[in-house]
Amino acid sequence: MNTADQYLKAIYLAQMMEDGPASTGQLADMLDVSPASVNEMIGKLEDRGLADHEKYKGVELTDDGIGRARDALQTYCIIERFLANVLEVESYREEARALESVIDDTVAERLDTIIDRRSECPDCFDPEADRCECLIAEGQAD
Amino acid sequence: MSLGQRVSTDRQLARLLQIGVVLEEVVEARAYSHLESLSPDERAELDEEIAELLDHAAEESAEHRARLESLVDEMDAETVGYDEIELLVREHYASNQPEDFDGLLYDQLCNEETAYKFYDDLIEAIEASDADYTVDEELVLDTLYAIREEEKEGVEEVTAIMEDRE
Repeated sequence: MNTADQYLKAIYLAQMMEDGPASTGQLADMLDVSPASVNEMIGKLEDRGLADHEKYKGVELTDDGIGRARDALQTYCIIERFLANVLEVESYREEARALESVIDDTVAERLDTIIDRRSECPDCFDPEADRCECLIAEGQAD
Repeated sequence: MSLGQRVSTDRQLARLLQIGVVLEEVVEARAYSHLESLSPDERAELDEEIAELLDHAAEESAEHRARLESLVDEMDAETVGYDEIELLVREHYASNQPEDFDGLLYDQLCNEETAYKFYDDLIEAIEASDADYTVDEELVLDTLYAIREEEKEGVEEVTAIMEDRE
């Protein structure tokens, strides 16, 4: 997943949690980067027609941005489920975040063939809990 | 969430190598299950070229898997139950077969391409990192370069057969 996709995913989740536009500060916290980096990337996403940014209000994804963000979230969800359910990794959230930039969506699709992912994915992802709701390993996790 | 494509810790590297093992497992199980799923008539109809391709793919994946596993063994990584994963992969593929030889070749192509992409990204991520791993980085990279090359050859081989059949 490339950096732009990671931003799109974060904006999408922030919008879900806030039920409205995402703030630059919230995104900087979620992505562990500086607000300046967030502003720079938001500008690029706006240029590509993936997001709209209004000063003092925040950033919202366009329909195209939402589509890309949902694909990125699905890839993340697959990685999380694969780590938790197949490799039985306890710290699956932390590891999924560390690995998402290296795992391409085509690779995630291949891993997807050995996990029982449900058709509602990525709506199965709970942004507050920061995990897929369908993980079977929660009892053993964190 | 850490941005940027790099492998910055030992644990990340070990986990990615383990994912490589699983991907190889997928290729191997898939190739074998394709062969095993064929009826005697279909087997008779199967081009020798395709049968050899699947056989070779399965053998090569087993060899790649062993090479990756030996790297993981050198690291202080959590153990993964590969036997269970092997069963899981085979169970999923037993119920999910392509409908014809073209589908079978296309599936094999996707497997090889996915593996190639994975190793390519992994090499780039290791090279972008200045982390010190407990395993010799040069050995890891040499192994990954060699495996990536073989995956590339696999892609070319399947593509050539597909083109010949058109």
